[in-house]
Amino acid sequence: MSAVHVAGVSKIFNQGTPKQVDALVDVNLTVEPGEFVSLIGPSGCGKSTLLRLIANLLEPTTGAVTVNGKTAAQSRLDQDYGMAFQQAGLFDWRSVAKNIELPLELKGWDTEKRAARAKEMLDLVKLPEFADLMPWQLSGGMQQRIAIARALAAHPPLLLMDEPFGALDEMTREYMQGELLRICAETKTTVVFVTHSIPEAVYLSNRVVVMSPRPGRITEVINVNLGENRSEDTRAADNFFAGITAVREALRGTHADHANAGAIRGVEDR
Amino acid sequence: MNQQLRRAAYRTGMFFVSIALVAVLWELYKVIGPEKGGKLFGVAILPRANDTAMPHIWEMLSRYAEPEMRSPNSKLIWFVVLKGAFYSFRLALVGFIIGSTIGVALAALMTRFKTMERGLLPYLVISQTVPLIALAPLVVSWGGKLEIFGFTWPRWLSASVLGAFLAFFPIAVGTLRGLKSAPAASLELMDSYAASWKQTLFKLRFPAAIPYMVPAFKLGASGAVIGVVVAEISTGLKGGIGRLIIEYARQATGDPAKVFTAVFGAAGLGLAMAGLVALADVLLMRNRPKETTT
Repeated sequence: MSAVHVAGVSKIFNQGTPKQVDALVDVNLTVEPGEFVSLIGPSGCGKSTLLRLIANLLEPTTGAVTVNGKTAAQSRLDQDYGMAFQQAGLFDWRSVAKNIELPLELKGWDTEKRAARAKEMLDLVKLPEFADLMPWQLSGGMQQRIAIARALAAHPPLLLMDEPFGALDEMTREYMQGELLRICAETKTTVVFVTHSIPEAVYLSNRVVVMSPRPGRITEVINVNLGENRSEDTRAADNFFAGITAVREALRGTHADHANAGAIRGVEDR
Repeated sequence: MNQQLRRAAYRTGMFFVSIALVAVLWELYKVIGPEKGGKLFGVAILPRANDTAMPHIWEMLSRYAEPEMRSPNSKLIWFVVLKGAFYSFRLALVGFIIGSTIGVALAALMTRFKTMERGLLPYLVISQTVPLIALAPLVVSWGGKLEIFGFTWPRWLSASVLGAFLAFFPIAVGTLRGLKSAPAASLELMDSYAASWKQTLFKLRFPAAIPYMVPAFKLGASGAVIGVVVAEISTGLKGGIGRLIIEYARQATGDPAKVFTAVFGAAGLGLAMAGLVALADVLLMRNRPKETTT
């Protein structure tokens, strides 16, 4: 059973009006359990829309989305996924621990179980001493780590992330990428990750899905395999740069002046 | 914390300084102002500076320590004013509670149903253009005819209802803005948790609304006081500060300082209500990010 299965999905906003936007056209994508898949492409290519379709925050115009073998709507009700956004979006009025407990509270967990899980998640993101602080007392990187802890608090098998490190500085960003890989390996979580950054996509992913705009569609899927034990050295390795080049070339084909260059060139294997 | 205390002390200090400033200006005008009032560019706008129209500050203050009336067993005026203010305070508090309940409920309804907002909001605005003076006798006469399950409508409740009438509007509008202030990303997050509308309301929208609700409640609190005082005056309800103001104003020719004692009582009443809201503000916002201004 695949973790995410997107079959023949289109999403058209304002259909039949002058403001009609073909956000996504005929998208097919399968993500296997344990996989890390990035969605990359220029603005307007529909990568965030695709993520929201998987999350059932939007309904597809045509086609079907399956998560963990269930409809997207059912898996949202069952909280089969956690979600993290560019803004950490922690609630100012809740302590760090209470923020992590939010999804559990909504599910009706009792207080002790919630506290125990919050502690476990704080250990996972290596911020155990910050439980009782308020979010605004934390740095941006720490807030984002808490947001990840919150997303994973209910132990969902799938993590959906929308440019989660987009607002962080480069140093923090690279550190967070390493942390995310560690956390996902420890928890065996499947990840669908939206990003603007080519190196970020290549460093993190098993597969990079390259998308193009007007209408939004998938133009190429690039397999990247930098191995299980990625480290800072990986960022200087040849296959890292080869991956970056492959993604960059695929993205070049997505610009408007190459409107017909969107044909799949075949998956490169590395 | 220390800095907060210092800021609070500074603000309290400034409050008294500004009051003293008004007192100084008052006395200054009495010195330089025309005794019988004056015309400026042919229009009579300068108030009379004589002791009947503008008694000295110290006369107003010392009046508090004198008996209310000339009869031998009359109580001292500070006691009468305080008692009247407290009576009105209770009515205003009841009005404030009714008004905030209705205001918050309306705001929640308008947040839930877009059609409610479009249909209801214009009527709320119109309701505030009805003059309170016209409404007061109506409410009293409606109330007088009410009797539900052995509960007879007391006369004072009409005054509270008029207070509520002025209080609910700023509260409804402010709360509505606050409830809508929750960031789209947070609403999306609650959606991704499949949170119910009620869960989103209480765990996200209301906490996010508090910074908007506090100033709205302050306005509502002073509105409740004004409503009650005006209702007391226009319906002739006895016991409150509104009634004292109208009684003392009639005696202004012979005893000009007297009416001011009651006016200050009404002002103090408004401050007490606003202070109550400020206290709630401090309690509710103690864990929020502090503003970076001074």
